[in-house]
Amino acid sequence: MAIASVTSKKILRAVIYLLLSLLGIAAIYFMMDYNFLGALQMAVYGGGIIILFIFAVLLVHHIEGELEEPPTARKIGMAVLSLLGLGITLATIYAHDFKVAIASESFDIKDIGRGLLSYGDGGYILPFELISVLLLAAMIGAIIIAKGQKKSVNK
Amino acid sequence: MIENISIYELLTLSTILFFIGLYGFLTRKNLITMLMAIELLLNTSVINFVVINKYLYPNMLQGVYFSIFIIAVAAAETALAISIIINLYRLKTSVDIAETETMKY
Repeated sequence: MAIASVTSKKILRAVIYLLLSLLGIAAIYFMMDYNFLGALQMAVYGGGIIILFIFAVLLVHHIEGELEEPPTARKIGMAVLSLLGLGITLATIYAHDFKVAIASESFDIKDIGRGLLSYGDGGYILPFELISVLLLAAMIGAIIIAKGQKKSVNK
Repeated sequence: MIENISIYELLTLSTILFFIGLYGFLTRKNLITMLMAIELLLNTSVINFVVINKYLYPNMLQGVYFSIFIIAVAAAETALAISIIINLYRLKTSVDIAETETMKY
């Protein structure tokens, strides 16, 4: 699925393949009992980002527009580079002996909310507020950029 | 943790996805598809955080917090980048990286 997403020639199909692989990742979260994170993944990626991508594709391209193929030498070189990195990383992972903990507790959303808003040790109030400011700044920035500049050439 | 699935298999999955995203990022010539590859890369790092949190430290929630922050940053970055791309398309009528070399016209 992901391979199809980065190699498909029709750009809208690539977006749909990306959506399917993101939903697969959300399914992994659900299987691991992190229901909140799975729902967040489906809402933010499946609902928000994919819609943004589809809008951008429809605004910028024709629907049936074909992408141009990258040159074959470049493709092969990058594939070899990626496979090399893949081999090194997998060798490192399998050489390391993880001590898997047996005890497994389940958390609910209340614990996540308490942790995000607590001031004490292990509390995440500061990054939480920083993220909110960042989202606000990104929103304002996106509005200003998309509005277009008012012909400030002749100043 | 998931029954019958070890941490090695999940880490292998996320590594394979990461390098697929890297390959896509390096070979694509279109700004939107490069952005999609970046989304894939961020997602694999989120999988790694979650898996390691679940398998190695199941009584903590730190990995979940980091995943939430990564998802928020990815959403902000995507919204900004798409608005930049659309504006660039208005200026240049193209979203190929080869034709967007100049930073200021």
